Amino acid sequence: MQRVRRRVTLPDKRVSEEAFKMNELKAKPIYLDYQATTPTDPRVVEAMLPYFTEKFGNPHSRNHSFGWEAEDAVEVARGQIAKIIGASAKEIIFTSGATESNNLALKGVMKFYGKKKPHLITVVTEHKCVLDSARHLEQEGYKVTYLGVKDNGLIDLEELKAAITDETALVSVMGVNNEIGVIQPLKEIGEICRERKVFFHTDCAQAVGKIDLDVDDMKIDLMSISGHKIYGPKGIGALYVRRRPRVRVIAQITGGGQERGMRSGTLPTPLIVGLGKACDILSNEMAEENARIEELRDYTLKRFRDRLEDIYVNGDEHERVSGNLNISFAYVEGESLLMDIKNIAVSSGSACTSASLEPSYVLRALGVDEELAHTSLRIGIGRYTTKEELDEAVDAICTAVERLREMSPLWEMAQEGIDIKSIEWAEH
Amino acid sequence: MAYSEKLIDHYENPRNVGSMDKNETSVGTGLVGAPACGDVMKLQIKVTPEGIIEDAKFKTFGCGSAIASSSLITEWVKGKSLDEAGSIKNSQIAEELALPPVKVHCSILAEDAIKAAISDYKTKNGAVEVDAAE
Repeated sequence: MQRVRRRVTLPDKRVSEEAFKMNELKAKPIYLDYQATTPTDPRVVEAMLPYFTEKFGNPHSRNHSFGWEAEDAVEVARGQIAKIIGASAKEIIFTSGATESNNLALKGVMKFYGKKKPHLITVVTEHKCVLDSARHLEQEGYKVTYLGVKDNGLIDLEELKAAITDETALVSVMGVNNEIGVIQPLKEIGEICRERKVFFHTDCAQAVGKIDLDVDDMKIDLMSISGHKIYGPKGIGALYVRRRPRVRVIAQITGGGQERGMRSGTLPTPLIVGLGKACDILSNEMAEENARIEELRDYTLKRFRDRLEDIYVNGDEHERVSGNLNISFAYVEGESLLMDIKNIAVSSGSACTSASLEPSYVLRALGVDEELAHTSLRIGIGRYTTKEELDEAVDAICTAVERLREMSPLWEMAQEGIDIKSIEWAEH
Repeated sequence: MAYSEKLIDHYENPRNVGSMDKNETSVGTGLVGAPACGDVMKLQIKVTPEGIIEDAKFKTFGCGSAIASSSLITEWVKGKSLDEAGSIKNSQIAEELALPPVKVHCSILAEDAIKAAISDYKTKNGAVEVDAAE
């Protein structure tokens, strides 16, 4: 395997010429895992820097200028975040990330309203932090309904309607799935929930900056936001909590009563400024950026299809965000494929890449055959991805798939016309 | 996951990839694992009339460890008698390749594959002898 020297091309070269020189000296792999995390935009870093050093004040210090300066910056950021989801600044609560936001939304709402309404509805393909919060609530005696998904990854709205009862306090459905990138019908879900007077929470960690969001139009009551998925820093997130009609949550972290008592702890001013700046950039550039990424995504898929047979896109091909391409390369196990393309950073739904040795629960929920779930790669395209990088990645992946198929007994059987489902395999 | 150099070498330059005619009397074929579990190994041996494995081939659908385990075992069984080949233990493979604990099942699959190939060969040739006696 040849290692290719390469650097990520960032648009703003003012920030760190030194860093660029360093990068050129090191062999740099191609990053195609933007759903896992994103690099912090240099403009975000630039906005954050003063708040580590000269503007270091505690935003909760009420009696001197250091505190005021930090507080002002926090409030500007709150406004920038609120703006891209159509909320008002007062409705934004800062957290450490989407995992905490999801915990606060689910546990906080259920614990406040749960005596009268102990029922929560969520979806089997949610992120583990939503599912795990739901499991904990179940252990405490709350009732949880897990909606299935159709084979395109979207929920059935009729099933949702049928699942809501007089005891339902909250419906939690993610905006965009982290593995397959499908977009749930948020507006329709919001309408159903509002009509039945049930709160609607949506985990939008993967949706912010990828699709247009408006909490009023979509009748969203709570929304989780992550910093590091949108070219902001890690360790910061937000929860939108509607004020009219008011949604109340029981704090999961208590202390000094910051964030209107919903989340105590000193606010990390630099991280908040970074999240605000990341949102501000999205407000201006989102449409253009997503159009560019979509073109790259479609180009990449076409190149795969031109060269390889028996590949399948997982999740709806149209109702999905532009930067996500989740493909099963039949007859080739995902981890062995990843080993072959060491220079390319992607993820796999293969069991062998997970600690549990189970293939992706999301793909299985779609009804993807287990053997195909083992063969999936998630290719994430983002702000700094270039066409050249994708060309190189497609070539490397196709070459690896061809090599591994030559080595695959399943491929051999398929070529001989043997249906692998007709064989009695000894499951182990 | 950090893999040993030997494992990576077997993965990158697998030995004895290929197929033999499974209908030939001198060939024993073992097919073990399941696609749903993420690994399937096909291991074939060609046996001389004296009962020595003169050639071995494999094809594997599975992770890097599964590919390396099957590649290694084809190397090991060549030139061995059926009894010698059948006594190879998965722990020897796991040790040679320094398999991490979650990958030990790959070495078990390789052991199962050679046992299945030997058994297939014996069944076939047992049947031939019976035919000849009739």
